[in-house]
Amino acid sequence: MLAQFLQFLFSGITVGATYALAALGFTLIYNASQVINFAQGEFIMLGGMLTVFFLASGLPLPFAVILAIVLPAIVGLLIEKFAIEPAKGAETVSLIIITIGAALVIRGLIQVWLGKGTHALPPFSGNEPIHVLGATLLPQSLWVLGVSALVMVALWFFFNRTLFGKAMLATSYNRLAADLVGIDTKHVLTVSFALSGALGALGGILIAPITFTSYDVGIMLGLKGFVAAVVGGLGNGLGAVVGGLLVGIIEALAAGYLSSAYKDAVPFLLILLILFFMPRGLFGAKVTERV
Amino acid sequence: MIAFFRRRHGGLVIVALILALLPLFFQNAYHYDLAIRIAINAVIVLGLNLLIGFAGQISLGHAGFLGIGAYASAILPSHYGWPPLLAMMAGATCAALLAALVARPIFRLKGHYLAMATLGLGVILAIAFKNEASLTGGPDGMAVVPLSLFGYELSGEKKWYALMAVLLLFSLWASTNLIDSPFGRALRALHGSEVAAQVAGVHIVRYKVAIFVLSAVFASLMGSLTAHYVGFVTPNVADFLHSIELVTMVVVGGMASVYGSLVGAALLTALPQALARFEGWETVAFGAILMLFMIFLPRGIVPTLAARFEKGKE
Amino acid sequence: MAALLEVDALSIQFGGVKAVQDVSFSVPAGAIYAVIGPNGAGKTTLFNLITGLYTPTSGEIRLEGQAIQGKPPHELARLGMARTFQNLQICLNMTALENVMVGAHLRLDRNLIKAALRWPALSRRERELRQEAAECMAYAGLEDFLEARADAMPYGALKRLEIARALAAKPRLLFLDEPAAGLNPKETQEVAELVRKIATHGVTVVLIEHDMKMVMSLADRILVLDYGKKLAEGSAAEVRANPDVIAAYLGAHA
Repeated sequence: MLAQFLQFLFSGITVGATYALAALGFTLIYNASQVINFAQGEFIMLGGMLTVFFLASGLPLPFAVILAIVLPAIVGLLIEKFAIEPAKGAETVSLIIITIGAALVIRGLIQVWLGKGTHALPPFSGNEPIHVLGATLLPQSLWVLGVSALVMVALWFFFNRTLFGKAMLATSYNRLAADLVGIDTKHVLTVSFALSGALGALGGILIAPITFTSYDVGIMLGLKGFVAAVVGGLGNGLGAVVGGLLVGIIEALAAGYLSSAYKDAVPFLLILLILFFMPRGLFGAKVTERV
Repeated sequence: MIAFFRRRHGGLVIVALILALLPLFFQNAYHYDLAIRIAINAVIVLGLNLLIGFAGQISLGHAGFLGIGAYASAILPSHYGWPPLLAMMAGATCAALLAALVARPIFRLKGHYLAMATLGLGVILAIAFKNEASLTGGPDGMAVVPLSLFGYELSGEKKWYALMAVLLLFSLWASTNLIDSPFGRALRALHGSEVAAQVAGVHIVRYKVAIFVLSAVFASLMGSLTAHYVGFVTPNVADFLHSIELVTMVVVGGMASVYGSLVGAALLTALPQALARFEGWETVAFGAILMLFMIFLPRGIVPTLAARFEKGKE
Repeated sequence: MAALLEVDALSIQFGGVKAVQDVSFSVPAGAIYAVIGPNGAGKTTLFNLITGLYTPTSGEIRLEGQAIQGKPPHELARLGMARTFQNLQICLNMTALENVMVGAHLRLDRNLIKAALRWPALSRRERELRQEAAECMAYAGLEDFLEARADAMPYGALKRLEIARALAAKPRLLFLDEPAAGLNPKETQEVAELVRKIATHGVTVVLIEHDMKMVMSLADRILVLDYGKKLAEGSAAEVRANPDVIAAYLGAHA
């Protein structure tokens, strides 16, 4: 009983950590620009696929990983420079469509370049399961959780203790005011895209040994990351992390106890319920529109 | 004023003429097939454009409604012996009910939340079609009986072409009427300014729900027809990417443009056929088109051309 | 004169900010009633409360004795209320004439099916409506813009377009939020004339305005707000003589 529950919980938390990283990516960009980046999922895919590619071309794992984080960050930067900036001031619908376009381009290019195959990354440190109260925990899960936790702490430090991080926060609260006190808000936007590209990719790399990767995993993972961000109240960093874990755990429990066929539907059912009953997410503030 | 009315009917007359003359240029069944697919997509996109372009509400899950119609027309006649027309109506009713059920809470939301909720709905439907294999045949799909209306079986490209031409003309006419009515003005007004519309007495949630339901019904009916026409249906019909394709057609042709819907559907239905030889590149092309249009031609082809033309006249 | 609109101890709080606090007043039918006060005094918030865009934290609003607080704007429109907006809420995706036609929304057959099928009675009504809307625009001095797209009109004309749209609803009670803001003296004079004309046609007007000359010449009664609270209320002469008002508001300008 307990063992089974723990087993589901472990797998939920592990996947949830990836969703949380993706959700943080959404949050970063949303705060800097009020844009929802539907290409976020493709960063996750890029992380996994690029690592597979670089390993296959003979690079050692650490270098492969670094490259697979840096490249998506550059992609994020390019999207901001060449797709978001030129369309400044467009309607929400238009911005959503632009980022969907970017997602399709990335996905299509990877499909053409690396093919439609499904790939697995070797686990970072062996495959020997660890036994906890009758449940088994893969070492890779520890990697996922450990690195994610580290990243979250680093992000917290960045936003609360460094000047640039504070500048980014300030921009998210009030762009005009930030502009007026001399913060280069354009720069902030660019960095947000690059950073969320890196975050997504990192999640994709960490989870690839457990869930496999292929050119088309981005859509689902990205959408679930978005669900997590909305669950946490769009724009709230802590909310994004909690939302990610929550979505992962609920999905794993539903898959285990109810129906594994409908596993992928669970986050969306969850989001519909939450939007119906708590339209601002679990942690979102109530805002009154000015007329 | 007279010029205004002339222009409105002028477009319809031109499209009717084109539809009547096109078969003279068709050399083979493939040409008919392409025209039929374009017409089907055009009707869906018309409905979606009422929602996105005119009312300013996004839906990223419309393929789900297409799927409802398609599977109603596949399942009910094959498994339960329903006549196709009744099955089609049942599908449309089901789509309308589902749309109405979820729309009320959804349309209290705005922008990103709305995108998310419609997307979620579409994804759930797609997963259901894939998983309920005993009914739907699962990922492999299932065969659909030919369309028969009151004992008369509709088969062959020419008959289908005639049917779709009539439906397309009717949809264009009805949409044009709707836009210039009190109902249509209320839709456009809530797009322009929700508070202004409210203060003028527009019950904005009711209008958003109504147009969402209407566009869902458009999609469901066309889903049914597609299923009968192709003779087969797979869960791909309800795919997220299919929803995006439909939105792309709206955007490329021109948001808030009736004839733009037609142009968008024509271009983007023909494009993948042309690109089919280059596997993978079609996704890239679709994505690039979306981005380029939104950045450089955000109003879409038809409204941009119309604005040029107006300027030239002055 | 009987009171058409009564506001009783109305308050609203946003987080910790009390934007409107315990405000009471009543507007006699047929009057021109002005609301004045410095920026941030809560004037527009008061309008938003009365026209249903905000829900009050406490207090009561009565239209002809019937409590209406908390009702949504579209229901209040049905009761004969219309308003304009200080920061223009024009539908830029439509023509000027269509904007005015939206104002008449509640007086039309809004059936979807009939509309799609071009029902003859509906089309006839639509032609009449175009005529009516054009008259509304002419009444508001917009005869030069009958064919214009809203996004191609100058600011001054858009301010009038707001008024024309509100008039198309044939309201009993009209709220004008700074109709003369940003206009030059000549345009301001014309808007003042327009407001007077509207009132003589039996529409009760509640007006927010910063132009003191206009307020003093037009208003039958004046409500002065400061920091969300009622500072004074009375005729133009009473308000002008009120020492609190002079200290808090007029004094700063005069």
